[in-house]
Amino acid sequence: MIEFHIEARSGVAPYMQLVHQVRQALRLGLLSEGDRLPKVKDVAAKVAINPNTVLKAYRQLENEGLVSPKPGVGTFVTGTLGDMPRSEHEPLRQELQRWLARARGAGLDEESIEALFLNTFRSSTEEEK
Amino acid sequence: MTAIIEARGLGKRYGRRQALSDCTLSVPAGRVVGLVGPNGAGKSTLLQLACGMLTPTSGSIEVLGERPASSTAQMARVGFVAQDTPTYAALSIADHLCLGAKLNPRWDAALAERRIQQLGLDPAQRAGRLSGGQRAQLALTLAVAKRPDLLLLDEPVAALDPLARRGFLQSLMEFVAETEATVVLSSHLVSDLERVCDHLIVLAASRVQAVGEIDDLLATHFRLTTARREADTLPAGMQVVQADHTDRQSTFVVRADTAVDDPSWVMEPLALEDLVLSYMTRARDTGADHRPVLETQR
Repeated sequence: MIEFHIEARSGVAPYMQLVHQVRQALRLGLLSEGDRLPKVKDVAAKVAINPNTVLKAYRQLENEGLVSPKPGVGTFVTGTLGDMPRSEHEPLRQELQRWLARARGAGLDEESIEALFLNTFRSSTEEEK
Repeated sequence: MTAIIEARGLGKRYGRRQALSDCTLSVPAGRVVGLVGPNGAGKSTLLQLACGMLTPTSGSIEVLGERPASSTAQMARVGFVAQDTPTYAALSIADHLCLGAKLNPRWDAALAERRIQQLGLDPAQRAGRLSGGQRAQLALTLAVAKRPDLLLLDEPVAALDPLARRGFLQSLMEFVAETEATVVLSSHLVSDLERVCDHLIVLAASRVQAVGEIDDLLATHFRLTTARREADTLPAGMQVVQADHTDRQSTFVVRADTAVDDPSWVMEPLALEDLVLSYMTRARDTGADHRPVLETQR
């Protein structure tokens, strides 16, 4: 069983914080297929957050195919977050480095590069939804 | 969805002082509603109108489909914890539970006893000897053991230290998860409200300034920084909540459906605390100057 926490000043919506923590636990191997997530009531009471927030997080995880609810029993992990092996990151990293060099060559400063990357990242994630 | 509280043009006047004006709002079932605003904004008045301790001088309010305190059956479904969580100093905890059992038709004795035990309190202890946090927990226990469909709490954590406050909110959230009751709670601590509430009412200068689901409010309010310009030159879809100008720069808090990309400005999301503060500031400034101009920007 995992435990949740909420960082009030992080600027990330509380339900998203719970979603991140489950994803993280899956990556770290703290949760695997068949494990039960804490009960909504227990999370609400332990963390002192609105039970609807917990439900919203669990629904989001369900939409991502990572968990599924069994009525009357609880919410169970059904998916895995299979990250690709580190070795396969390398070609992507090199490509990104070449892109960064081009951006700098075009006269973009660090903040502009960051803004451009984040905006593109966000809009492409939104398109995928 | 049926509304638990439905207020239409609700107002309360004490002599010449208008404590609450033209308050129209609807609280959906199953929500935890935060009521926030400066002192004297009308928060306690609104809560007392909702539980029937006060009667309106204008407009109307319905709670659980009826006029507040119109029947004993209706009163049994509404729990109210007044400011400073009052208890009877000379009575023991057990006496309080006994009183609760005799006065409330839906009293849940098992729940009350379990909660006192969980809190590690001695039933023989007099309420007058409890710490602020323990007294607040006792008042909450009395209110939840009555098994209300609507629980109204007037600044329940204001006088508590951070640990007692967290304990109180944990108990409250456990109650909400168990019963799916609707809760309205007033507080100055926006960070607490952001944690436990999903709905927010901003009350200032005796009027409702903003109301809605917290997620919706956060998704539709932005800080917009740009070269100095007047508020009325912004696109039509943006409502200006607050405007600040220097000789070169203008900073606006705006309400808009989405962020609008424009190379001439920076438009960023707003934290809940800043959102609340900008509505409170607007209410204070318009109240002081009686400028009708800003009123139309609502």
